[in-house]
Amino acid sequence: MTLTKTILATTALTFAAGFATAQEMSNDMTLVSWGGAYQKSQDLAYLKPYLEMHPEVSATWDSSSNEAVAKLRAMNEAGNVTWDVVDVVASDAIRLCDEGLAMEIDPDTMLAAAPDGTSAAEDFGDLLVSDCFIPQIVYSTTVGYRTDLVGDTPPDDICDIFDLEAYPGKRSLEKRPINTMEWALLCDGVAKDEVYDVLGTSEGQERALAKLDTIKDQVVWWSAGADTPQLLADGEVVMGSTYNGRLFSVIEEQKQPVAMLWDAQVFDLDGWIIPAGLPEDRLARALDFIMFATDTQRLADQAKYISYGPARASSAPLVGKHAELGIEMGPHMPTDPANAKNTFLYNYEFWADYRDDIDAKFQAWLAK
Amino acid sequence: MAALTPISRTPVSFYLPVTAAAGAFAGLLVGTSQGAPWAGVLYGAGLMALISLILTRVLPSEKAGRWTLVALFLIGGYAMAGFPGAVVGGLFGWFFGWFTFWLYEGRYRARLAPYLTPFQVLWHFSFRVICGAIFVFLITPILVVMPLSFNAENFFTFTPEMLRFDPAGYSLKHYRDFLTNSVWQDALRNSVMIAPAATFLSVSFGTLAAIGLSQPHVPFRRAIMAMLISPMIVPLIISAAGMYFFYSRIGLQGTYLGVVLAHAALGIPFVIITVTATLVGFDRSLTRAAANMGANPVTTFFRVQMPLIMPGVISGALFAFITSFDEVVVVLFVGSAGQKTLPWQMFTGLREQISPTILAVATILVAISIVLLTVVELLRRRSERLRGMSPG
Repeated sequence: MTLTKTILATTALTFAAGFATAQEMSNDMTLVSWGGAYQKSQDLAYLKPYLEMHPEVSATWDSSSNEAVAKLRAMNEAGNVTWDVVDVVASDAIRLCDEGLAMEIDPDTMLAAAPDGTSAAEDFGDLLVSDCFIPQIVYSTTVGYRTDLVGDTPPDDICDIFDLEAYPGKRSLEKRPINTMEWALLCDGVAKDEVYDVLGTSEGQERALAKLDTIKDQVVWWSAGADTPQLLADGEVVMGSTYNGRLFSVIEEQKQPVAMLWDAQVFDLDGWIIPAGLPEDRLARALDFIMFATDTQRLADQAKYISYGPARASSAPLVGKHAELGIEMGPHMPTDPANAKNTFLYNYEFWADYRDDIDAKFQAWLAK
Repeated sequence: MAALTPISRTPVSFYLPVTAAAGAFAGLLVGTSQGAPWAGVLYGAGLMALISLILTRVLPSEKAGRWTLVALFLIGGYAMAGFPGAVVGGLFGWFFGWFTFWLYEGRYRARLAPYLTPFQVLWHFSFRVICGAIFVFLITPILVVMPLSFNAENFFTFTPEMLRFDPAGYSLKHYRDFLTNSVWQDALRNSVMIAPAATFLSVSFGTLAAIGLSQPHVPFRRAIMAMLISPMIVPLIISAAGMYFFYSRIGLQGTYLGVVLAHAALGIPFVIITVTATLVGFDRSLTRAAANMGANPVTTFFRVQMPLIMPGVISGALFAFITSFDEVVVVLFVGSAGQKTLPWQMFTGLREQISPTILAVATILVAISIVLLTVVELLRRRSERLRGMSPG
């Protein structure tokens, strides 16, 4: 009898507590990111200061961004969304937004304005590529090479990837068509602003694959951002593509004999989305966190820990030195004018439309 | 073991081709490492044929010949690849010296029964070589991981310092990272909490099910058995996806209880199979005798049946424990970040940041597994000895 009563009383209390806080903010938060050094930089720059301001909150990181789209679909189907803020690349954000799995954001009410009063929408500018997407960083996919394996004339042109005579040896490229196909066309003589027009035709796709055919047996295909750094450190490959922050870590933090070329680096964006349909209290907490974590100072702070460029224009002047190495981070940003002399603009709409089709062709070509 | 067969020297036409073949194989290994496998085969075969001829025909004493060979290979290895090359070269030299005389003097025949035909002798040794090769195939990946976990660099790479056996190339920092990093510690704590709980449930339910299913009068025994061991047969990803949607509906997804139950379901088949196997040898008249003497079924179970089927229960428990401790697919679905286990952390770590901390963890886990299995085996032998089942 007593036991039953206790249980009933506890249940009643729990419910009462639940109702009482329903209009307030939940104190549990699950953040989803990519793991590794990137997640660590977010932890140090955004979450640590936030938790200092709100000691009542307990936050958990889930390093599942790689499968965020699939998992959010499953969560939505099961009616059990357990994530509060999710870090995804821009193209995933666009997909999630189209499928109604991410919440639409109003930049002017939900995001902080710049210190000088510029509205958030203006401060982020073109980088707000989707209604659901809150950009954090600009990163680029670029090429690193072993300084001791390339002879006296280090590569300085993206097309050196395709030059087996000058730079014999294995090279690593990403196991997906994005970036790889664009580079192949650029190096096959297509002008930069025509690349997507050509890639939209099936002859263009054949042309890109034919170019890749010339180096196919010398390519190690990677799928995780950590692969190329490992292959370079091993000396397994002479050069390989990966994210610029990974190369920064290999060169400056791990002191490997590696250098990078910024030529034809492909810019991409990474940022937060908030899953659609969160309960009131969790949504309030997620919005509060996002408002804080994407303000001008926080985005600039992140660059202390990793060499990715902040997504706000107003953050750029605030970028300082690396927290541990003490080196100036400005010159390591993909957006630095010296590095951005020849950049390649990634076309989100193109890939949103053509991805499935070209993916299938690319995978079939790989298997040949 | 004493010699069974008197031995005599063998003709050149026998030992020369055999040593040449062994040399070709060794040459293949060395040649591949130098980027020219086929040249390695040719050189290896020629060199070994020559060496075996010189050893047996030119040099007067076996001992002097073998030591000279070791010295030569040592120097050759050093010239090719420095200090590690010298170690490998020395081992090769010792092996080929021994191998040549083993064949030449006919020693290989000494410990085999005299009536064996040449083919039986050949099979005797081929069988051992095949077993050895399988063993090497299974063990090498684990052995490679161990030294790499002491790497001073943050990559899965044998650095030049490591290959020179320079202490500066080695470090315990990845072990320190594992022991101090809160992410790894949380994962370890979760694993240590989940695995024993799941094992306890698997063993309780699995043993009961096995005992029940071994009673001849239970209807649909085979169907029930098939259903209970299905988690072992159904692809894990299917069980995981099914559990995810089911557990989400009933509020178990993302809870410790959910992960424990899921792992228990995966562990039960192992317990059922091992316990059923021991029950085959269990004499039912013992339970009848116990009942006859007034013991109720519960007492009979704990005092008579349980001690006798203990080895099956323990090995089932071990499998259930390892299943839960190593499992990554189901926990990725059923758990949430709060229940991140060691394998999960290793999985994401491997994908996001190839860090030798994973290797340090793997080495620790391998060490724990070896200790665990050794202890269980020792206990089993002890109990068998105590019960007089084996002369021990």
